[in-house]
Amino acid sequence: MLVASAGNVVVWMVWIVAAFACLGSGVAVVSFSSPFYSALALIGNLGSLAVLYLLLNAEFVAAAQVLVYAGAVMVMFLFVIAYIGPRSESPWMGGPGWQAVGAVLAAGALLVEIVVVISLKASGQLAHSEHVDATFGTPAYIGRLFLTDHLLAFEITSIVLLVAAVGGVILGAHSRRSPEEVPSL
Amino acid sequence: MIALLGPEISWYLAVAGFLFATGSLGVLLRRNPLIVLLSLEIMLNGANLALIGFSRNLGDGGGQIFALAVMAVAASEVVVGLGLVVALNRKRVTLDVDRLNTLRG
Repeated sequence: MLVASAGNVVVWMVWIVAAFACLGSGVAVVSFSSPFYSALALIGNLGSLAVLYLLLNAEFVAAAQVLVYAGAVMVMFLFVIAYIGPRSESPWMGGPGWQAVGAVLAAGALLVEIVVVISLKASGQLAHSEHVDATFGTPAYIGRLFLTDHLLAFEITSIVLLVAAVGGVILGAHSRRSPEEVPSL
Repeated sequence: MIALLGPEISWYLAVAGFLFATGSLGVLLRRNPLIVLLSLEIMLNGANLALIGFSRNLGDGGGQIFALAVMAVAASEVVVGLGLVVALNRKRVTLDVDRLNTLRG
């Protein structure tokens, strides 16, 4: 019992650090004026989210998060930001206009909707979480699910990735060729 | 069998909801398409955290599978979005989502 409660305290401390890092870096992404700093803050956000996933026994998803997001996707973001060049923009350009007020109101409405729906629909079951096997969330478990129950989702995901890759190539090739094709531009 | 240590799932869901709202604020407020894409990533990650939280709560791996599918969709969306941003930059168009109001090249 003592060991269990000590583990509880440790998990709580890790959770508090990760959750506040996650929320703080999320706010930082939205409020930094330079996209470069926003991208760096998003890397911190993804890393602290991976810690939260680990606390939820989702080891494989946490590893995929760090590899795919913080590795591949963010490197691509940083390349494009470096290619385009630093362009700063203040989030509150020209004072809080009607657009900014509307954006804050819409985001607040979304937050209220999420809280109300979750507390209405799921509050009964949230207090007690199921006990899971030690294999829950391991790569073998995820792989077995992907190749048995969720095979269709797996195949559709591969098609989506292929379409996105072809789309990226077409977008890049088209914009490189277009000045000769459209001389009047 | 492993019990869930630490905070209940509702705490994770609160973080997920706050992340989603923060990301939607960024999408609606910012004008640089790069930062709009980054805020979209925050929204997707909020949804992912909720999926994985519910997956742990129910002891069902389907939520983790869905989170991995969301991750693949997010990677595809970033490829297409960044391709559009680079194409716009090559045409010397201002990178401001308020001014990008036509699809004609």
